[in-house]
Amino acid sequence: MSETIFHDVEHASPIEVFKLVAEFNADRNPDKVNLTAGAYRDENAKPWVLPVVRNIEKQMADDDTLNHEYLAIEGLKSFTDAATKLLLGAENPVIVSGRALGVQTLSGTGALRLGFQFLHKILKRTHILISQPSWGNHVLMSEDLEFTILRYRYWDQTTRAINMDGLLADLEAAPSGAIVVLHAVAHNPTGMDPTREQWAQIADVIQRRRLLPFFDTAYQGFASGDLDEDAWAVRYFVQRGFETFISQSFAKNFGLYSERVGNLVIVSNDVESVPKILSHLQRIARVLWSNPPAHGARIVAHALDNPAMLEQWKACLTTMTDRIKEMRQLLMERLMELGTPGTWGHIVAQKGMFSYTGLSAEHVDMLKAKFHIYMMRDGRISVAGLTKTNVDYVARGFDDVIRSTA
Amino acid sequence: MAVSLCSNILRCQSYRTGSGTVGSISRQRPLSRGVGTSWWSNVELGPPDPILGVTEAFKRDTNPKKINLGVGAYRDDSGKPFVLPSVREAAQKLHEADLDHEYLPITGDSEFCSASRELAFGEEAAASGRIVTVQGISGTGSLRIGANFLQKFHAGDKKVYLPGPSWGNHTPIFGHAGMSVGSYRYYEPSTCGLDLSGCLSDISAIPKGSVILLHACAHNPTGVDPTREQWLAIEAAVKERELFVFFDMAYQGFASGDIDNDAWALRQFVSAGHNVVLAQSYAKNMGLYGERIGAFSVVAVDADEAKRVESQLKIIVRPMYSNPPLSGARIAKTVLRDATLRKQWLADVKGMADRIISMRQRLSDGLVREGSSRGWEHITKQIGMFCFTGLNPDQVARLTADHSVYLTKDGRISVAGLSSTNVDYLAHAMHQVTK
Repeated sequence: MSETIFHDVEHASPIEVFKLVAEFNADRNPDKVNLTAGAYRDENAKPWVLPVVRNIEKQMADDDTLNHEYLAIEGLKSFTDAATKLLLGAENPVIVSGRALGVQTLSGTGALRLGFQFLHKILKRTHILISQPSWGNHVLMSEDLEFTILRYRYWDQTTRAINMDGLLADLEAAPSGAIVVLHAVAHNPTGMDPTREQWAQIADVIQRRRLLPFFDTAYQGFASGDLDEDAWAVRYFVQRGFETFISQSFAKNFGLYSERVGNLVIVSNDVESVPKILSHLQRIARVLWSNPPAHGARIVAHALDNPAMLEQWKACLTTMTDRIKEMRQLLMERLMELGTPGTWGHIVAQKGMFSYTGLSAEHVDMLKAKFHIYMMRDGRISVAGLTKTNVDYVARGFDDVIRSTA
Repeated sequence: MAVSLCSNILRCQSYRTGSGTVGSISRQRPLSRGVGTSWWSNVELGPPDPILGVTEAFKRDTNPKKINLGVGAYRDDSGKPFVLPSVREAAQKLHEADLDHEYLPITGDSEFCSASRELAFGEEAAASGRIVTVQGISGTGSLRIGANFLQKFHAGDKKVYLPGPSWGNHTPIFGHAGMSVGSYRYYEPSTCGLDLSGCLSDISAIPKGSVILLHACAHNPTGVDPTREQWLAIEAAVKERELFVFFDMAYQGFASGDIDNDAWALRQFVSAGHNVVLAQSYAKNMGLYGERIGAFSVVAVDADEAKRVESQLKIIVRPMYSNPPLSGARIAKTVLRDATLRKQWLADVKGMADRIISMRQRLSDGLVREGSSRGWEHITKQIGMFCFTGLNPDQVARLTADHSVYLTKDGRISVAGLSSTNVDYLAHAMHQVTK
C-alpha cells in the first residue's frame, strides 16, 4: 500500500436522513413508505413540479436572449428584491427606508451559513441558542463555525406541545448578545409553532437580554397556505424594531429543492451600515461559492414579479397545504379509530411538512424492520409522504409498534 | 391542549401588510426607532473588489471606442456572451424530458461526477475506483471543499504554496478555510514568461509534506504555462520534496482547444505516482458560469480510502450549502455522455480557444504593424483567457485615461474581450503608451 496522508481519515458517521433515504430506495418491499426526507410528494407519493414552475421554465427555454453569465456576488437583484418583499411585505417601512438587505444564497442552508459566518467573524458573536430539537444542520453548522452552542427547551414529550416555561427560562439565562435561532413557521422537526402571544413573550425576553434573533424561514406559504400568515412572526419582530437576520428558502414552497434558491435578509436600524454589511457578506460569499446559481433564482423572480404567475403560485401553495392538512387529519382519525394508546391531536395542531409524532426510537426501528415504514428516529415524519393509499397502513403500523412496546 | 393551540391561532386577526398594525398583540413600538442601538456600529466598510472597480469605471465611460479587458468570461467576435450550441441543445433536450427538481445527494449528481472524473483523468485512471469525485460550486466551491478537507486532514504543514502570481481568490479561499498561504516564484516580468529556475529553486525549499497548488493549464492571471519539458522538471522537484499536489483546472479544452492536451500535466503527475486533489470548473469550457458547475476530486490509494474520504467530504459540504445545484450539472453530464453532443462540444470549445488564439495573433501582428520595437512574443506564447501584457501601472493608467481601455493594474488583459473590431485599436493604444 502506498504512503498516504489520509491514513488517519476515519469513516465519518453518515447523516441520518440521507442514509435512510438510501435504505428506502434499496428496499424492495412493495408496501414501503418513505416518511423521512422533507420534500413534498403528491397523492401518488411522487415528486411534484409546480405547474407555475413548468410554465416559467417553458418560457425560459424559448427565450433566446437568456444566457448563463455570472450573477453578482450578492445574486440576482430582481430575485433578492422580490424575495425580501415577499417576506417582509412590499410596503414594510424597513424596506422603504433601505434598512433591509437581501443577498442571494445557496438555498436556506447557504443563507444560514453566510449569516452565521458574518456574525461569528465580523460581529464576533460566540454563543448561539438552538431549539431542542431543531433541524440537524443548525447544530452541525454552528459546530463547524465553533460557536458555543446552547440548547433552549422547546418540545415537551409528555404534553406534546411547546415547553414555554422552559423556553423562556433558557432564553433568560443566555449570555447577552447570543444568537437565537428561531423557526419562523412550521418548526422543523416538531411542526409546533408558538402562538402569537407566545411570540410576544419570546420577543420580550430577547429584547430584555439583548439577544440576536435569527429566523429560519423555510416554509413561507407552505405552512398555512397563506404567505402573509406564515410571515407573521418575522414581521412582528421587525415591526417591534429588532435588528434581525432571516434565512429564506424557496426549496419547498416552489418545489425547487435542487436549484438551491435562497435569500439572506438582514434588517438593520442604521441605513448607513447596510453597504458595509453587504461588503462583508460579499467577501464571505466570494470564498464559499463566488456567486450563486442563476437558474432557480430566475424562476422565482419571474413568478413573484408577474401577477398572473403569482396567482398561479398561490394556487400551488393551496394545493400542497390542503393535501398535507388532509393527511394530518386522516392520520389522526385513523389512530383515534384504532384506539392507539396516547393522544393524537398534536398531529393536526402541528403545521407544515413535519410532525413530531411522539414515537420513540424503538418504535421507529420496529416500524422499519416490520413494516418497511421509514421515519426519523426522533419520531419525526414528513406528512408529505402520506397518501390516501398508505395512511391506513401507517396508522396500523404505529398502532402495532406502540402496543408491542407498551 | 392541542385543540386550544389551534383555536388560539384562529382567533387572532391576520396581520395586514404594510399598515404597521400587528394583529391582536398590544405591544407596539414606533417603527422609526429601533429596540436599542444598532449592532453594526463597529462594522467597517470592507475593501472594494479591484476587478469590479474596473467594470464600474468602464460602464461610466462615454467613449464609443472603449474596451473592457477586465471581463473574465468568454465573448464572441461581437463582444457578446456566448451560449455554446452543445449546451443550448442539451438544455433543450432536458427541458423536453420534463424532469423534476428533487434534491441531489450531498455529493451531487453521480453521473455528472463520473463524467467529470473521466474528462479530467482520462478513462483508464477514472476506472481505477480509487478516485473520488464530488460536485462542487464551480471552481470556487471545489477549491473550498479541498481547502477545508486539507485543513482538517492533511498530516503535513497546513500551508499551501501558490504560484506568484495566482488567481486573486486562491489566498482568501485557503485563508478562510484555515490554511496559511505561501508562494513560489513563477512569473518572470522581464520575459513575460516562466521563471523556471526561480520556480524550481523555491519548490526545493518548500518544507516537505506541504501543499503546492498548480494551475493545470491556462495560468490565471498570466497565461504562462510550462512546456511539457518544464512540467517534468517541476514534477521532479515536487516529488523530491514530497509535496502534496492540489491542481486547479478551470480551462480544460479552453486553453489549447484540445481537452487531452490541456489535461496533460494533471495526468502526468498522476501516472508519476502523485495522489493529487483537483478542482475542476465548467464555467468557461461549457460557458456555464452562473450555473456554478464544478467538481472536486481526490486520488486516493485505494477504493476503501476513496470511500472514507468521500464520507468526510460530505461532512464538509453539508454545513456550507447542503447539496449542489442541479440544472447545470444535468446539462454538463448530458453534453459529456451523449456522443453527438460531446462531439459538438469539443468543436464548440475548440472554436472558443481558436478565436482567442487568433486574437492573440492579431494583437501581436498589430503591434508589429504599429512599429513597436518591443518584443511581444509573449502575447502568442501565453495561453487561455488572460494575457500579462508586461505593461506597468503607469502605462495601464494612461491606457485607460487616454484610450478608454480598461484592464487591471497588473497589466492583465482578458483576450476574450478582444474582437476583430477592436483589436487594432488596442494595438494602436498599447503602442502609444509603450513607445
